[in-house]
Amino acid sequence: MMRIPCPWCGPRDEVEFRCGGESHIARPDPDRADDDAWAAYLFDRHNVRGAGSERWLHRHGCGRWFNLVRDTVTHEIRTVYAMTDPRPERDP
Amino acid sequence: MPRFAYSAFSLLRHGLTGHRRWRPAWRMPDPKPHYAAIVVGGGGHGLATAYYLARTHGLTDVAVLEKGWIGGGNTGRNTTVVRSNYYFPASGQLYDLALRLYEGLSRELDFNVMLSQRGMLMLAHSHHDMEFARRTANAIRRNGIDCQLLDQAAVARRVPILDISADARFPVLGGYRQARGGVARHDAVAWGYARAADRLGVDIIQNCEVGGFIVEAGRIVGVETSRGPIRADRVGLAAAGHSGVLAAKAGFRLPITSHALQAFVSEPVKPILDEVVLSPATGVYVSQSDKGELVVGGGLDLHPSYSQRGNLPVAENVLSGLVGMFPCFANLRLMRSWAGIVDVVVDSSPIIGPAPAYGLYLNCGWGTGGFKAIPAGGTLLAHVMATGEQHPIARPFGLERFRDGALVDEAAASGIPH
Repeated sequence: MMRIPCPWCGPRDEVEFRCGGESHIARPDPDRADDDAWAAYLFDRHNVRGAGSERWLHRHGCGRWFNLVRDTVTHEIRTVYAMTDPRPERDP
Repeated sequence: MPRFAYSAFSLLRHGLTGHRRWRPAWRMPDPKPHYAAIVVGGGGHGLATAYYLARTHGLTDVAVLEKGWIGGGNTGRNTTVVRSNYYFPASGQLYDLALRLYEGLSRELDFNVMLSQRGMLMLAHSHHDMEFARRTANAIRRNGIDCQLLDQAAVARRVPILDISADARFPVLGGYRQARGGVARHDAVAWGYARAADRLGVDIIQNCEVGGFIVEAGRIVGVETSRGPIRADRVGLAAAGHSGVLAAKAGFRLPITSHALQAFVSEPVKPILDEVVLSPATGVYVSQSDKGELVVGGGLDLHPSYSQRGNLPVAENVLSGLVGMFPCFANLRLMRSWAGIVDVVVDSSPIIGPAPAYGLYLNCGWGTGGFKAIPAGGTLLAHVMATGEQHPIARPFGLERFRDGALVDEAAASGIPH
């Protein structure tokens, strides 16, 4: 069971949220990207074992998106930050 | 190596000596400095790959490297279902190859994998489900695979304890059934392949974790392990949920996200369910083991995870669905629950074939449905590793399908949409 700290609503049960997958995937220019670059953008993931950046949606709450740094082995949540913020340099 | 066949006679003979003279089913060799081929991952797929490399392609200078003990990962954590009722022709060919091999596997390996083709029933809970069941059943039959559409009365005859009453929480209108579907003993599949591969000369090396790859002139020529470097002419990856971790060490990414998939086992009860029942709507699949336990599976924990334990909300969802369909199970106690780390691909189809790194070959992406495919996964990875060419059945499942936009979109590997 995870309690996820929504930056607007505070800590809530994980059932209120939806995970939107890996954060900071940059969309290449569709007019310039070749098929390999476009496929990598659509499908390839770092699939980190350990601390990774993820997008989450507070679906049954405020309905807003935000970023988490979460450990995929322990499920520990280390950092919460806004959708528009860059990836934290290192874990606090 | 002398051949010690398992038989009623050997059982009797060892019984007379108090079962003290059974020999280990495989050796525990130290790794050699070089092999013709290395398979990373000692689960069902890796062991089967080594077996078919030796048996089909005569390549016996092979090592299987397993970071823990063989069959200790997803092979020992699944719900043991085998079936080939897939929608697309490419998938039908792939999974029916596996099921046909399963049908002869006990004899082939001289190891009883306890295949029980009791039938597998997919339920339809609404008129829309029923329409799709009809369409799916027709597609499966067009793929040359046995499948039968059942109405409500036929479902009730087959599974009398299912709640099909008008006010059921999940009304049942019918379903479709593959009579050749069923279950097999998961540990026995790993052990059977291990013993058979070992007897052909394959080295099975346990407690040997791969930490990196040896690259020379742009080609992978071996692996760095917890037991030292081991070189090889070619390397196959059969590491399921940890494929992405190994891919990162080889310098590329895969279209895979790892998730936890939970399973549950109840206390044993007398025979009550003679069928594998799957409900896409409730997200539950259930069968009864030979010991009498109910073996229950469900949907994924829907966030990336490498933790071999599941979260409670998914467990609650699965068990409430189970009890909604089978009210008589409400008083059962669970003995165990656990999770395996599964490698989920966007089209729920596996990835088989050459990797982006030369000298490396992939067998991954089976997601929630890898157990049923073990004999096929082993056959196909062995084929591409031995010949350098994709087996015709594996061609649609290469990594290039993502670049080419030719996904084999099965939507679900275990029959539960994720």
